[in-house]
Amino acid sequence: MSILVDKNTRLLVQGITGNEGDFHTRQMVAYGTKVVAGVTPGKGGEWVLNGKIPVFDSIRLAVNARGANVSVIFVPARFAADAMFESADAGIPLIVCITEGIPVQDMMRVRNYLDQKGVRLVGPNCPGLLTPGEAKVGIIPGDIAIPGNVGVVSRSGTLTYEILYALKQENMGVSTCVGIGGDPVNGTNFVDCLEMFEEDPNTEQVVLIGEIGGSEEEKAAEFIADRMTKPIAGFIAGQTAPPGKRMGHAGAIIEGGSGLAADKIGALEMAGVQVAQHPEEIPGMLK
Amino acid sequence: MKLHEYQSKRFFAKYGIPIPKGRVAANAEEAKHIAQELGDRVVIKAQVLVGGRGKAGGIRLAKSPEEAEELAAQILSMKIKELPVRKVLIDEAASIDKEIYLGITNDRSARKPVMMASSAGGVEIEDVARDAPEKIVKVYIDPLLGLRDYQARDIAAGIDLPRDHWRIFGQIANGLWQAYRESDATLAEINPLVITSEDQLLAVDGKMVLDDNALFRHPDLAEMRDLDVEDPSEIEARKYGLVFIKLDGDIGCMVNGAGLAMTTMDIIKLFGGSPANFLDIGGGASAEKVTAALRIILTDPNVKTVLFNIFGGITRGDEVARGILAAMNEVQTRMPMVIRLVGTNAEEGRQILSDADMITAETLTDAAKKAIAVTKGDYVQ
Repeated sequence: MSILVDKNTRLLVQGITGNEGDFHTRQMVAYGTKVVAGVTPGKGGEWVLNGKIPVFDSIRLAVNARGANVSVIFVPARFAADAMFESADAGIPLIVCITEGIPVQDMMRVRNYLDQKGVRLVGPNCPGLLTPGEAKVGIIPGDIAIPGNVGVVSRSGTLTYEILYALKQENMGVSTCVGIGGDPVNGTNFVDCLEMFEEDPNTEQVVLIGEIGGSEEEKAAEFIADRMTKPIAGFIAGQTAPPGKRMGHAGAIIEGGSGLAADKIGALEMAGVQVAQHPEEIPGMLK
Repeated sequence: MKLHEYQSKRFFAKYGIPIPKGRVAANAEEAKHIAQELGDRVVIKAQVLVGGRGKAGGIRLAKSPEEAEELAAQILSMKIKELPVRKVLIDEAASIDKEIYLGITNDRSARKPVMMASSAGGVEIEDVARDAPEKIVKVYIDPLLGLRDYQARDIAAGIDLPRDHWRIFGQIANGLWQAYRESDATLAEINPLVITSEDQLLAVDGKMVLDDNALFRHPDLAEMRDLDVEDPSEIEARKYGLVFIKLDGDIGCMVNGAGLAMTTMDIIKLFGGSPANFLDIGGGASAEKVTAALRIILTDPNVKTVLFNIFGGITRGDEVARGILAAMNEVQTRMPMVIRLVGTNAEEGRQILSDADMITAETLTDAAKKAIAVTKGDYVQ
């Protein structure tokens, strides 16, 4: 068991003929993920990966022909909102958007539309999902995590890899790793993931990796205090970040005195989360 | 990206928002001519992208073209919070009966734009939020529907605007929403929106912040970027697709990934050092980006060492190491480097680097401590 993706995932890749899409599709297939179709408007009828994966002009055609149930998006930022609308309208229940740099007003429209349709989005500006040994949807390096009972949820990319790798060094495995992304307006948030991890019988403990900006960590702390029974270790990046500056991620910014690392750490600690001073402490906080 | 007051107000005017008559001048003589055209009393306003212009003496009232010339000369020679005043806006002076605040911003928590208004205009909305939050009226706008007329009426009623102004206020609110939406703004603000003694509504000051990620849709607005507010190294970094933020410490940081870059700064501080910058070179750590980034870091005279923290994932550690060596070869520097490689093939990568006489580290803790030791002059091999 795991959350969101597993060996039954039938994946569709949006932007499969682009550089990123092509490269990461190969990686996902090599990991064992069932990639059933790709979409690139204007390239329908082609086959990629040595003729293994058919390309369609639209998501609807791909879904009808191949029965995809998850889509992963690698299209450039200016086309990403349209790609998400198209997936939602074609009935895909889970969209994972890797693309970075999508205008925030686009994301507000996408998120409000997807909510009305009941479609789940992970990302954007995220590394995607990894259920070790079963499926990799996105760009998380597959060989840095082993199957196990730790659920990982993070706003970051390489910092998450760092933690997966540190867990692997200690022979600790992961149920599912979810990169929820570094944008100010995204899909799935910490609370959604914590709720799923709490329900998931294979997840026994959780690592939560937050950063400055917004108040999703504070909302997570509230949820943890009220509802979580599984132990959680956490880390918050950006304690030394200057206010008013976007620290690489569009969402990592201290605005008007809110979004501070210290407030997030305080809220999580109040909720009983063990918060690490640096990521290398995390494996030691888990069982 | 921020727009100047005059740019914001001109943009607002396109959407039917009434603004004072006025023009921008780059020298005192021009200012005098504009004042002559406008007649009577004018306001001379410094165009710099910081708050507190009024307090700094950057906004003055002139009662004659000669006075306008004199004041413009004064203001144009000023620096406000380190920023040189390069332009002044000469606006017809309004006689003000009442000041209102009206703005739209992104509420990331609600995932919607929020329109805010307050009867306490002319002061920073953050101050009102702190001192008298009950004076702020908010409506959340469905981004798929846009601002509805009833929402604008609710705001007008909420700030006790006299009913005979509701219709025009509705037009202004809708114009502000259109301006915000059409420009991909993250903030569009009229502060103050005044009721004049002639009982007219007028947007006396305006401010816009645009979403950098959306500038590809707005090349005309992108051209208005004022580089004065940015550090030259940050501008240079942007050319190479790097995100660089200058800080005041002495340990240069070169990291792939934003979260890991923040973490690297944090850990340096945790062990008693001080980071010189935030730098995200992106996922792959290519030789080309490392070269560009290294050059930018080394322009800072405070830097005593550079700490590399690179996670080798899909780009393997040995490839990253070769990329770093290629970059060093290109840049030619004697700056001591501490390099921490982790992830896939990291051991091979570290071997390649230590063979080339670089200080390597396996853990982040170890790397931070070594870099701090180098800056303090007590690093021993």
